[in-house]
Amino acid sequence: MTRHEDKEAAVRRMLDTPHPPVPADLAVRAAASGARRARLERVARRLLWGLFVVAAVAFAVWASAARPWEVPPAETTPPLEGW
Amino acid sequence: MREHRSGTGTEHAYRVREFEAFVAGAAGRLLHAATLLTAETRTRNPHARTLLTAALAHTYAVWGRLRDEDPYDLTRRDLAARFARTARRYRAGRGGVLSALHPQERLVVVLRLYEGVAEEQVGALLGLPEARVRAVCARSVAALRATSDRDAGTAA
Repeated sequence: MTRHEDKEAAVRRMLDTPHPPVPADLAVRAAASGARRARLERVARRLLWGLFVVAAVAFAVWASAARPWEVPPAETTPPLEGW
Repeated sequence: MREHRSGTGTEHAYRVREFEAFVAGAAGRLLHAATLLTAETRTRNPHARTLLTAALAHTYAVWGRLRDEDPYDLTRRDLAARFARTARRYRAGRGGVLSALHPQERLVVVLRLYEGVAEEQVGALLGLPEARVRAVCARSVAALRATSDRDAGTAA
């Protein structure tokens, strides 16, 4: 064994002390807070999807009314008369 | 969403039981790792508890979506990322074994030597090249040995 590995093993032993006592309500508190977070995420996701759908519908309505792809009628050319 | 449609009470209760079983098995080791990270003592570790509770809450939030992932590994990664984000708060040691080290050195030492995570995984987790992880680890080991020798010298 090299000296370096020796030292690492010594540090490992130093870290390997008895575990601290775990609070009894740790799982319950973590589950409650995790459930809250999941619920918030779900609400946020729904809100964003709703916003996206509303925006898509609004765009479709506006586009069908304004028809921006059609060439607007010429306004500068004088009308041809007496041809 | 899926939860709501098939969200029967029994399924929820089953999930909670499963999660509680996981916590009962893993919390001791994870809390020890967290306490080493925040450099608190075994009996007084409020910061470590807060960190671990937040990491476990994240695990619970994605519990239904875990496929083949190991929840222990997931929690450990979240714990490490959470600690790295808030590392400035823990710069001053609070009497733990690793009090003499910087937060990043503590992270490397705990992940490499206590948790036995491979060097390349530690590097990926912390955004460091592998060589840097090795260097930080060697430096921390040397520093720890020096302090423990000094303590032994003063005690003797």
